[in-house]
Amino acid sequence: MSFWDKLRGRQIPSSREIAKERLQLVLVHDRANISPGLLQTLKDELIAVISRHIEIDREGVEITFTQGKRYNRLVANIPVLGARGSRKTRRT
Amino acid sequence: MPARIITITSGKGGVGKTTATANLGVALALLGRRVVTVDADIGLRNLDVVMGLENRVVYDIVNVVEGVCRLRQALVKDKRLAELYLLPAAQTRDKSAVSPEDMVQVCEQMRNDYDFVLIDSPAGIEQGFRNAIAPADEVLIITTPEVSAVRDADRIIGLIEAEGKGPAKLIINRIKPEMVKRGDMLDTNDVIEILAIDLIGIVPEDEAIIISTNKGVPVALDDKGQAGLAFRNIAHRLLGEDVPFMTIKDTSGFLGRFARLVRS
Repeated sequence: MSFWDKLRGRQIPSSREIAKERLQLVLVHDRANISPGLLQTLKDELIAVISRHIEIDREGVEITFTQGKRYNRLVANIPVLGARGSRKTRRT
Repeated sequence: MPARIITITSGKGGVGKTTATANLGVALALLGRRVVTVDADIGLRNLDVVMGLENRVVYDIVNVVEGVCRLRQALVKDKRLAELYLLPAAQTRDKSAVSPEDMVQVCEQMRNDYDFVLIDSPAGIEQGFRNAIAPADEVLIITTPEVSAVRDADRIIGLIEAEGKGPAKLIINRIKPEMVKRGDMLDTNDVIEILAIDLIGIVPEDEAIIISTNKGVPVALDDKGQAGLAFRNIAHRLLGEDVPFMTIKDTSGFLGRFARLVRS
């Protein structure tokens, strides 16, 4: 910022502030590499794969993507009815 | 106590991985620890020249993996410190000559004979990086306060977490206090806020680094310089000591130049 800018009280962001802002923006995109469409595909495929081995409550499946401080977390909540072929019924 | 295996990595090249590995090795050895530094940058060997040991290299890590020699034969003993060793990278091969399993196997052989195994990772996120982090108990991420280096560090931090090697600790290297002061460089707090991992060291930009690399004498051996002190502080923190972070002095002004003159 030049002397005249300071004199006029003009606020020009420093290159440090510009760097910080640009980084924060670009990292949001870098970190969250998952779109809602991809999430749905993921859910469908997870259900398909898991039901091949164990019996699950398809309606109760919840797949969410949460943004933590440091990392993003893919959370899958899958109610289990029982292992295929076993008679026991479990719910977790 | 079995050795701690620590990998120093960054994503971006040229931010100071090799310098940091050499200096942390020296600083830990100065504190009486038995240390091996491992150059995992196969094909682009450099840790040997930074440590000033290039003339003593006989065998390398690929020779060990391929059974050409025993691990003991490949370890190069430091000239100055009795308990510091280097395991050099091969210069004429490429990353594919070693697998992550090989790295684990080689490093585990050192587990009982040393206190620290410090692995100098190559830049990038491909096989060389995978090799370097496979044996790690802990990871140190090094970055400079620049947009590209911080972005790459963020990516690396994510990969380290995904590998279950986290949480990594951060070294911010090459801070220029005069640029921070005039608002033209990200400061320590900015970088920590963006990357959200614990800090283990801040290292100022120091011409002594280039001079020391010219000579093959790591700055941590030097009692006076700021960068040397910064690396010795990190070594203390690795040992669990609570050392306050240094205030990086601006040595660009008249008094600073005078101070440097007196020091050198």
